[in-house]
Amino acid sequence: MEIFLDVLVAVLLILGCLMSLIAGIGLLTFPDMLTRMHAATKPQVLGFLLIFAGLAIYLRSWAVVPVLVLAWGMQLLTAPVSAHMIGRSGYRTKHAAKETLFSDELSHVVNKVNGTPPTGTTPVSKTGSPDEQD
Amino acid sequence: MLDIVIWICGIMLGLGAVACLVRVAKGPSILDRVLALDVMLLIISAALCLEMVLHKHTDYLLFVVAACMLGFIGSVTVSRFVSDQRNA
Repeated sequence: MEIFLDVLVAVLLILGCLMSLIAGIGLLTFPDMLTRMHAATKPQVLGFLLIFAGLAIYLRSWAVVPVLVLAWGMQLLTAPVSAHMIGRSGYRTKHAAKETLFSDELSHVVNKVNGTPPTGTTPVSKTGSPDEQD
Repeated sequence: MLDIVIWICGIMLGLGAVACLVRVAKGPSILDRVLALDVMLLIISAALCLEMVLHKHTDYLLFVVAACMLGFIGSVTVSRFVSDQRNA
């Protein structure tokens, strides 16, 4: 049983650290910001889950599990928010390469709200207008 | 056996950190740099967990929790700052 748990810890740690390596390679080789955001989310959720599971199994104690669950749950809650903020400001400031997108559904709305083609100016969003869609 | 595993994991984390630093150095926009530094902070947290496994203690658990919060606050603040700066 002990041998089995040690092998399990080794596999979990190696897979978790492999996620960080994959994120680094993706950050280095992907061509534009949105694809790099895709690579950067690999260690945030799955990598941390594997490493925390390996740590808890190796320490053989239930006392560390609530703290690890807190840290992992915080990652799970904050990763989408920060990714949304980065993607949003990248879209608004032309840092994201829009010519590589297959479909851009947001430009439709931005054009409609602005009344003009988007030129990087502030789109004035009308709050609480559900009849915006056509 | 665990020594070899720690070595392999450390080498993988180090290569990932070097890749992040290269992206920070040559990233075309500030958002690329924020993204790379976010991943860098995650790699530091993973290294703390690895150190806890190596020496079998739990002293760094709160550092890991704090690093999670710190990365979130940093990336949100910087990306907010970027959008305000360009739109003004």
